[in-house]
Amino acid sequence: MVGITSYGAYVPLFRLDKGVIGGRGEKAIANFDEDSTTMAVEAINDCLKGKDRETIDALYFGTTTSLYKEHLGATTIAMASDLKENVYTAEFGNSLRAGTAAFKAGIDAVKAGSARKVIVTAADCRIGPPGSALERTFGDGAVAFVIGDTDVVVTVEGSYSVYNEIIDVWRTNDDSFVRTWEDRFAAEQGYLPSMRQAVSGLMEKFDYKPADFTKAIFYSPDGRRGIELARGLGFDIKTQLQDPLIDVMGNTGAASALMLLASALEEAKPADLILLASYGNGADAFACKVNENIDKLRGQGLGMKGQLASKRVITDYLKYLRWRGIVPLDKTAAPPVVAYSSVAAKREYDRNISLHGSRCKACGYVQYPPQRVCTHCRAKDKMEPYSFVGKRGKIFTYTLDYITPRVEVPIATVEVDFEGGGRIQGYMTEVDVDKITVGLPVEMTFRRYTLWEEIALREGVYLYFWEAKPLRV
Amino acid sequence: MGSMKDKVAIVGMGCTKFGELWDKSIEDLVVDSCYEAIEDAGIEPKDIQSAWYGSRESGLTGAHLARALKTDYIPITRVENFCCGGQDVLRNTCYGVASGAYEIALACGVEKTKDHRGFFGLFIQEPLDRGLTEWDIPPASQFGQYATRYFHRYRDYYKWDFEGFKRVLAIINVKNHDNGLLTPKAHLHRKITIDDVLKARIISWPFTLYDACGMSDGGAAAIVTTPEIAKTLRKDYVLVKAQALAVGSGQSTMQSEFDFVHIPENVAAAKAAYKDAGITNPRQEISIAELHDCFSSTELITIEDLEFSPRGKAPEDIKAGRFLLKGEQPINTDGGLKCFGHPLSASGLRMAYEIYKQLQGKVDNPERQVENPKLGLIHNVGGNVGIHVSAVTIFGLPE
Repeated sequence: MVGITSYGAYVPLFRLDKGVIGGRGEKAIANFDEDSTTMAVEAINDCLKGKDRETIDALYFGTTTSLYKEHLGATTIAMASDLKENVYTAEFGNSLRAGTAAFKAGIDAVKAGSARKVIVTAADCRIGPPGSALERTFGDGAVAFVIGDTDVVVTVEGSYSVYNEIIDVWRTNDDSFVRTWEDRFAAEQGYLPSMRQAVSGLMEKFDYKPADFTKAIFYSPDGRRGIELARGLGFDIKTQLQDPLIDVMGNTGAASALMLLASALEEAKPADLILLASYGNGADAFACKVNENIDKLRGQGLGMKGQLASKRVITDYLKYLRWRGIVPLDKTAAPPVVAYSSVAAKREYDRNISLHGSRCKACGYVQYPPQRVCTHCRAKDKMEPYSFVGKRGKIFTYTLDYITPRVEVPIATVEVDFEGGGRIQGYMTEVDVDKITVGLPVEMTFRRYTLWEEIALREGVYLYFWEAKPLRV
Repeated sequence: MGSMKDKVAIVGMGCTKFGELWDKSIEDLVVDSCYEAIEDAGIEPKDIQSAWYGSRESGLTGAHLARALKTDYIPITRVENFCCGGQDVLRNTCYGVASGAYEIALACGVEKTKDHRGFFGLFIQEPLDRGLTEWDIPPASQFGQYATRYFHRYRDYYKWDFEGFKRVLAIINVKNHDNGLLTPKAHLHRKITIDDVLKARIISWPFTLYDACGMSDGGAAAIVTTPEIAKTLRKDYVLVKAQALAVGSGQSTMQSEFDFVHIPENVAAAKAAYKDAGITNPRQEISIAELHDCFSSTELITIEDLEFSPRGKAPEDIKAGRFLLKGEQPINTDGGLKCFGHPLSASGLRMAYEIYKQLQGKVDNPERQVENPKLGLIHNVGGNVGIHVSAVTIFGLPE
């Protein structure tokens, strides 16, 4: 029996009030220091909360917004998720079906016996042209599942796919913004027929009818087409259609259908049958059967529902454009020229990507970054790696810098003392200047190191590190 | 361990005007500071047997010093030690003389921070043996972390809110601005009030604009020799009574036990210097001091680290006026880093220049002259939290 054994999601804290761009409702937007890679790490941490990372043996990442044409985001994610070195990493891209492609590959790998436990993660952070309908419908987010053959919560009963060669929604190597042909063409020749074919094909092949499904999850490019599709296929909009969250979160691209699945699982009951379908140059449809283990997975984190409710709404459109790099920053006070070194960076991935410190085997002292000689007892080379991922801490002291040039000010710097020992000096993100105080509980989050990134970008390199952030409630 | 007490003497000093010296080059600052020192000592440039040159970003090796002064193949070593660079140049020069290797040696520190938008005071450009991806926190945030914690730690004791503490920092700033007004060579000449400080824009909470020192260009120099030779050159030579340097090994940022209301590197350097000089009660025995006020709270905390005030009690002494120009223990009589300015590798030597002139009774503005100081102290602290470099030197007149 192969299927989902755990699920998690990540909805960024920030929402753009769509009123400022001529829409209604809100859309989830990645912070200026977030991208698809960092959001995937957050979703995986949500998914693996309290679970063994040692037994994972593959990681599949689906996204249309990978930062590199050549260099695997999945390896960054695997390292930041503290997965062991012999995990098989692969990335699925170039289509909004990248998320379900990773999902299907994960199921197939476990079925074929080439892996026992596969992390499937999908994330997207797509940018619509400023002022466009795409900008109003797009949202950012990530999702993660563990696919396995033991302790399965949701079995994948079957799938059916079709492809459709069409230029309806696309982006070239050199485009910053997603392009579309006119909406009616995209719907009538692309989305609607492909989705209908895949869903009908699935139902025919496995002998289901619409009434058999408790919930139907359809990727939907906007708030309208999904309803049109569901109605046409004979599903009841009120009781069966999973809310596509377009005016709450937005269309999260390759992560969309799978994020809606995570939402559905939060409400699901044993024996529920869920239809999952995604679109992008064709469509993938899956039938998912929930079993009695579902109740064991509840209440581990905020979940989709909690994260959708936990938000900070911004109404400053210029801020949003700055965050996405669409309008440039004032460079008058930019830092001077310094060199980026891939050599030095690689040497320090343990601390910067894996968030490892070290623990002295002689005296037990936990320290960050990793040391050879113990800061406490001076024992030499008695260290073992120590992971701070998931550990909570408290702010011992802090400052708020308003003049260092960064996309957002102030820049908070903090000393954090962790449960279980260890102090880390670093930056803090998502600061609420009215609430920051000595003693504030924080956790660590994987983010882009934007302060130095301009320097690294001359070499075409994106930098990552971990920052403290307030606990999300 | 041995002591530096009375082993070397300073017989000449020079210091340029500090400021945004757009039209001055490194060569200009070397020539102006060194020739003032050479003339003050009553020696010839050819008498200099060895030199040390301090530069954080204003030239590698001793070449800039050699080319500017046209020295004749003498040994010159460049010294870099962050904000302690200037003081460490002097320290190395003193060791050169104390060792017996040289009889007359030159210490010079120069910095052109404004050639680089003042940035090297804001960012550490080279990784500290760390890759670039490791976190690098600007000085205002490094030192601000002490201020935040100091406020937190003594909030209940003083029953003050945030503004209560900010007023104490404001007194320090107003004092340094008042002293700077009396100092012709200082970078900033501006009268400010407590209200100006409190109302200024926040640059790095809890600091406002006036809590940070000026980033400046400038150079300073000293001629060091043996006490025996010094006697032949002038009566009012100044003796080195103690020299100490302390470097942190990351304790404060790796060990939760560290409290952020003191700077352990400061404490270690001061202890070593007091032992060298035979000082048991610095609050009574040190007449005047130049403390490293890169930020106002650094001066506050250093006052306690150097035992001028008991732990937690510096705010009381500051409010009582103890460290004003006419107070019992004047601090930063020339305006400090705050107003004299802070060209890193020149700053320690600039402080020595002020103490040297004060001890001789030859300060360039009589209004600033402290009456009969006996022992004067200079202090710098640089670098990042956990890996600070602190330096203390104590000077006195011959018996």
